[in-house]
Order: sequence, then structure tokens, then C-alpha cells
Amino acid sequence: MLSYYLWLAQRSLRRSWILSGLMVLAIGLGIGASMTMITVIHVMDGDPLPGRSGTLFYPTLDPRPVDDGGRDNENSGTLGDRDAAVDNFTYVDAMALLQAKRASRQAVMAGGRALVQSADERSTVRPSYEAIHYTSADFFSMFGVPLNRGRAWGQSEDQQRARVAVISPELQQRLFGRRSAIGQSIRIDGSLFRVIGVTAHWAPQPTFYQDTHAGQPYGEPDQLFIPLLSAVDLDLHVNGTACWSKETLIGKARRMSGSCSWAQFWVQLDNASEVAAYRQFLQGYAQRQHAAGRFERPPASELYPMRDWLDRAGWVPSDLRLQLLLALSFLGVCLLNILALLLAKFLRRSGEISVRRALGARRLDIFVQLGTESLLIGVLGGLLGLLIAQLGLWSVRSRPDAYAALAHMDLNMLLLTLLLAMAASLLAGLLPAWRACRVAPALQLKSA
Amino acid sequence: MLTLALRPIIISLRRHKLVAILLVLQVAATCAIVCNVGFMVASRIQRMQSPSGLDENALVLIRAQDFQLRSDAVQRHRVDLAALRMIPGVEAAVVVDSLPLSRSTWQVNSKPAGSNETAGGGISLTLYSGTPGELATLGITLVEGHDFTGTDFMPMRVKDGWAGLDDVDAMLVSRAVAEHYFPGRSAVGHAIRIDKHDRRIVGVFDHLATPSPGVQRRPDYTVLMPLLPDDSEAFYVMRCNPGDCDRIGRKASEMLLTLANDRLLAPPQRFAELRANFFRRDQTMIGLLVASGLALLFVTALGIAGLANFWVQQRTRMIGIRRAIGATRRDILRYFQVENFLIVGVGVVLGMLLALLLNVVLMQRYELPRLPVAYLPASAVLLWALGQLAVLSPALRASNVPPVVATGSG
Repeated sequence: MLSYYLWLAQRSLRRSWILSGLMVLAIGLGIGASMTMITVIHVMDGDPLPGRSGTLFYPTLDPRPVDDGGRDNENSGTLGDRDAAVDNFTYVDAMALLQAKRASRQAVMAGGRALVQSADERSTVRPSYEAIHYTSADFFSMFGVPLNRGRAWGQSEDQQRARVAVISPELQQRLFGRRSAIGQSIRIDGSLFRVIGVTAHWAPQPTFYQDTHAGQPYGEPDQLFIPLLSAVDLDLHVNGTACWSKETLIGKARRMSGSCSWAQFWVQLDNASEVAAYRQFLQGYAQRQHAAGRFERPPASELYPMRDWLDRAGWVPSDLRLQLLLALSFLGVCLLNILALLLAKFLRRSGEISVRRALGARRLDIFVQLGTESLLIGVLGGLLGLLIAQLGLWSVRSRPDAYAALAHMDLNMLLLTLLLAMAASLLAGLLPAWRACRVAPALQLKSA
Repeated sequence: MLTLALRPIIISLRRHKLVAILLVLQVAATCAIVCNVGFMVASRIQRMQSPSGLDENALVLIRAQDFQLRSDAVQRHRVDLAALRMIPGVEAAVVVDSLPLSRSTWQVNSKPAGSNETAGGGISLTLYSGTPGELATLGITLVEGHDFTGTDFMPMRVKDGWAGLDDVDAMLVSRAVAEHYFPGRSAVGHAIRIDKHDRRIVGVFDHLATPSPGVQRRPDYTVLMPLLPDDSEAFYVMRCNPGDCDRIGRKASEMLLTLANDRLLAPPQRFAELRANFFRRDQTMIGLLVASGLALLFVTALGIAGLANFWVQQRTRMIGIRRAIGATRRDILRYFQVENFLIVGVGVVLGMLLALLLNVVLMQRYELPRLPVAYLPASAVLLWALGQLAVLSPALRASNVPPVVATGSG
């Protein structure tokens, strides 16, 4: 029966092929535009560490003074209701939480840019500025950073402020070519570091562990990692520091002050009871700091699951959300368009329908027949939409933004496109088909 | 007479109520979206063309980054500038810490002179600094007072937490700053408090945009300080004959690397490139907005034409009868045109209301300004014209239906 309806549908579409073509074109454009934007936002909003993100949490404390007028913010401040002073950690608090070891794994970290060059005087490779992350030992095991060669550093090296580095395969290639980097020395902002490990390509999207107040977390992965304490010793550059100290702090004092926020802190908690226990510990810590007079405001602490933390960060640019809104409303207008055209088309076939009804077709049969026709338009429109979405994504990839390179369609998005197109056209066909199947048989026969 | 002409149209539309309503809705949605999209395009274009206050065409710049913070940075800049000024074609050269649209910003709070720490009435100022001659080299227009004198200048002392700011007491302010603190009178000779002490205003310049102007238009609260840049990052800016700037940029780049190669130099840029870079996202967005607006109009025009086609086919017999009892071709043509005018008219009225509603939603969520009223009639006229254009071919076809059809197929 279905194949008969399909045959009828394609006959009907071919008979008024210009109009059918218009409908397919309209749905294709609408679906193509929508799917382009849905895909872009999907890749930007994706899970950065599938399989691990469920056990990762971000705690926050509130170390701000009651009166923080005259705040000295360097590339970093308040965004809406978010305050960098709360979202990032002071050195004092991060170190206290790190040393408490109340989670199964925990790491303190901060991002920066540093001048990197080979320590070999004869090297012809020009120095370059690279994205660098300063972290503590658990970073690698907690986030599951894969290593190609060598090893990551351990907690003892953290405490010794060891001058060791783990570098990306891209940096290994750039500095050392085919030679092994392990055991080689490099200069980071002029200071000597020994390479002990090379990661496999690792670029979670978004770079969830970075400062949520510093720039776009897409594209460019970190090129090297060194122990955070070594970076503090050398006073290396950190992206974004918010200070509320009365006196002007500079250099290492600024880094290690209890009134400058600049570090991030992540913990791994494997089950609900660990989460509850950590919450309690965190609030207890805040209360003790408040009682000691360090935290002036009422003690406040939060523990965000990774997903919530990323949502809070609001990393998807508002321009993109606007583009999605635009694409969806475009799809809406296209659907209205198809709705009107299908209605007119079906009603014009009242004669044909009433004949079929008179010959014994039930209303349901008519409904299914016309529904099939709408669905066929949807499938064709969906295929066209896929093509248009590929074009759209190709144009997105040519944008200069860091997220642009990520804009690819996976299988899920592919299926979603077709599904969306079919659902849309079915929706648009519903009302017309329902109206048409109410055509009375005898009456139409008389006037036909 | 008019009601007489409209009556049959309205009666006929009543018979196609549902289809007509759908078409009205489509026109309304299109009108609302196109109206807002048009406004967004216009405001982005306006933003991209906002003046920087510099003599943009006559500038070429090189962003330099030393491999480390140097204690002799001021001396190094002096040597570099002396060499750059020797290049034939270079009319002037300075080192500056930041430029409009360069995204590198330094902001401080300011207050009326003599006020204590908790006083209000202050504004946040964006500081620019550079070597002597910045005003003339960048082409900033001085409207009152005079430029700095040589003795005003002090090193910035970035290494000591920008401590140089405490050492200087002269400054040049923008007209917007002067008008904020000294409305209706001359600001020259008066003072403004920055940090812990008051600074003397020696001159007022016309306009200088901030390093990252936002989406909303705000006054340019910018200030020039006589601080000699000594950070590891700085801009070398040269004034040149517009036709000669590219060559001078390349030459200057070579020269700077010969003088010292322990630094990274970005490729020389005309100011226009810096501007294009800063507004690249707006450029993409404008393209996208225009494309979607056109696509929307296209789809709606197709919808109107498609439906009109249907109605013409459906009414062929009636058209024939009307022609047979004396209606002229013109009457038939007019009939379809008026019908379209009515449908689009209702849609447009609804659409203008929707446009205002949409604008309110967008204002709340995306920091958009209020829609100027002039956009409403403009988009209404656009849609009316589009509707008439779309219906023309079907209506012409209808007017060509010969009277015999009535008897022929009936």
C-alpha cells in the first residue's frame, strides 16, 4: 500500500514540478541554514572529555573583601553575575585545597604564554610564543592526557619545583624534528627546562580547564605543560589576574598573594558520597577562613559538575546564538510557506479526492496518501538541506575564529538533519492533509 | 466605488480563509525579521566605519615583542626611532603602547581633582602613551591647549607595576573627558585626579577611539600620558605618504631586525588592516545577515507567486465568465493585484507589530539598540513591492484568459 502511495506522490509531485521544486527548495534552504548553525553550536557545546567529565568537578570560594572598590583587574573582571575573583583561586586557597588531598585526584593550574626556544645554541629554529599551562602532577592522570613518549611528572617533582616540561607532539616536531625530545633542554622565557614527556595530540574542545574569563577556549591547544610552582618561582606570565589588595603587588609577591585570583582548580570525585563529603569539606574550609578573618564575606562555597561549569562559562559567542535564532526563524517562515502551498495544492485536488472517497477510500487512507506526499517532499528537502548545510559549514570553516575549524558534521548530525526535515514537512503537511481528507465524496462528484 | 471593487475580493478571500491567513502570517514573519535584520546590518556597518581619530591612511605600524622585559627598553626605542626616521619617505615615527582597535588596553579610574578616595562622580579612563610626537605622527587633532613638552616625559616602569604613572603630572584628554569634568568651559589648566594625585590637563584633542570599542556606542573617555613605553610589547608607528607606506613598512621591518634580532616582529600593517582585523567577525555577520534576509524575501516571493498561480488556475472558469460578461483584461489584472495588496497589507501591519516585539526580545538578549521607527514603513514598502512583483506574472496570465473558456470547459 505504501509503495502505491509513494507512486501516487511522485506522480503528483511531477505533475506540478515547479511548485514541488519550490517546496523542496524552501525546506532545503531552511533545513540547511538551521543545521549549519545547530552543528556549529553542537561542536562548541560538546563534551570535552567523554567518559571522564562525569567525575570532574570545579569548586569555588569567595575570598573577596566586603569593599572591593578600586579593584586592579588585568584582562579580567566581572562578567554579568560572574566574578573572576570568585571563579578563579588565590594561590593560598588553591595550595591549601591541593595539600588537603580530600578528592581522589586534584590539580591546580593556570594558563599563559611563554617564549619557547631550543636550549641548543646552534639550533636554527626561531623562538616563538606558545600557549603554556602550569599545572600540578594529577593533571595528567585526572584528565587522561595520553603520552606518546616519556612520562608526566609526579608529586615529589611538584614539591621540588622541578624544571621539567611535557610538550605537545607539534612542539616536539617544531623544535627537534625527528630527533627524540626526551632529555633535551628547552628555554621557557629564558629559563632552562628538561623535556620528560611528549603527549599524543590532545585538544579537548572546549579547553574546559582554562580560565573562564580569558578568551575563547577553542582551537589552539596548549603546547607545553610545566609544574605550577616552577612557574610561580620564575613569575611567568599568567592570563588574567584579579587583585584586591590595598598595596600594589608586583612579581612573585603578586602571584603568591592571598588577595589575587588567577589559578584554576579541578577535582575528581568518583561517586555521590565523595561529592557530598567534598562539599562539606569545602564549606568547612570557607568557614575556617572566615573565622580567621581572611574571608571577609559570609563563607560561601560551590562545587560545580563540569557540565554546569561550562554552561556557566557561556563560551558560545552571542553572535552564534543570534545566527542560530535567525536560521530557525528562517526555517519557520519556510514551513509556513510550505504549509500554505500544500494546503492550496491538496484542496485543488478535491475532485480527485472525492472520486477516491466515492470509490471506497476511507478518510484515513486519504490522510495517509497525502501525508506520504508531504513526507516525500521532506525527504527530498532534507537531502538538499544536507548539501546546503555542507556548503554552510564549509563557509563557517573559512571564518578566522578559532572554533571555525571544528565545524564538521558527524553521523548523528547527518541523521538529525534528515529527521528534522521529515518532521518539519510532516508537520507542515498535517493541517492540509487533514483539511483535504474531510472533503465529502458525493458533493464533489456532482460539481466535478 | 472602492468598496464595490473590494467586495468580491474579500468575499473570495473568505472562501480561502485558511490559505489567506497562512500567507498573511508568512508575510508578517518575513516583515518582522527583515526589519530587524536590516537594522542589525545598518548598525554593524556604522560600527565598522566609526572613526578612530587617527589619520588612518598615512600610517604603517609594526607590532614588536621583545624576548624579555628589558631595562634598557626606552634607550632601545630611541635608537630604533632614530634609524627609522632616516628611511627616506618616513615623515615621522613613534613608539606607542597601544592604538585604537588594537585590543590592548590600560584603564584607570579618575575623579574630580582634590577628591578623596570614596568620592563619586568619576569615570574610567583609557590611557594611551607613546614617545614624544605621538599627537602629530598619528594625526590626532588638538582642539585646545598644546602638546607635551620634552620635560613632561618619564619612563612607564612596567617592571615596577607601572610605577611611572606616579611620576608624571601632565596629560592630554579627549573632548569627551573634558566635557564630562568641565562642561561648558575650558579644561586646559585644570586638573583631574588619577590614582593618588591630580594631573594637569595641558591640551584637549578631538577624538580617539578606545582599543576595543564595544557594540554599544559610548563616549571615548581616552587620555594621552607622557609615559615612555618600556614593556616588552610595543607598536612602532610611522607616518608616510599613503602610496609609499607598504614599501616603508617592509624597509622598517628589515631595519628593526638588523638593529636587534632578539624580538619578534609582526608583519607591517596599514591601519586599514588593523581595522579589518578588528571587525572581521562583524564582516562575517553582515554577510550572513544580508544573505538570510535575501533568502527570506526570496522564499516569501516564491510563496506568493506559487499561491497566486494556484488561484489563477483554480479560477480560470470564473475569470472566463467575468470576461464574457464584460470585464476587461485590466479589470482582471487589477483584481489579482488588489487581492495581493490586501493580503500583504494585513501581513505588513501585523509584521510591524511583530518587528517591534522581536526587537524588544533581541534588546534584552543580545545588547541591541532600539529599532528606529523609520525601519517599519521601509520594510512595509519593500514587502508591498515584492508582493506586487511576485503576483505580476500570474496576474498577467489570468488577464490573458479568453472569455470562451467559460463556455469551453464549463
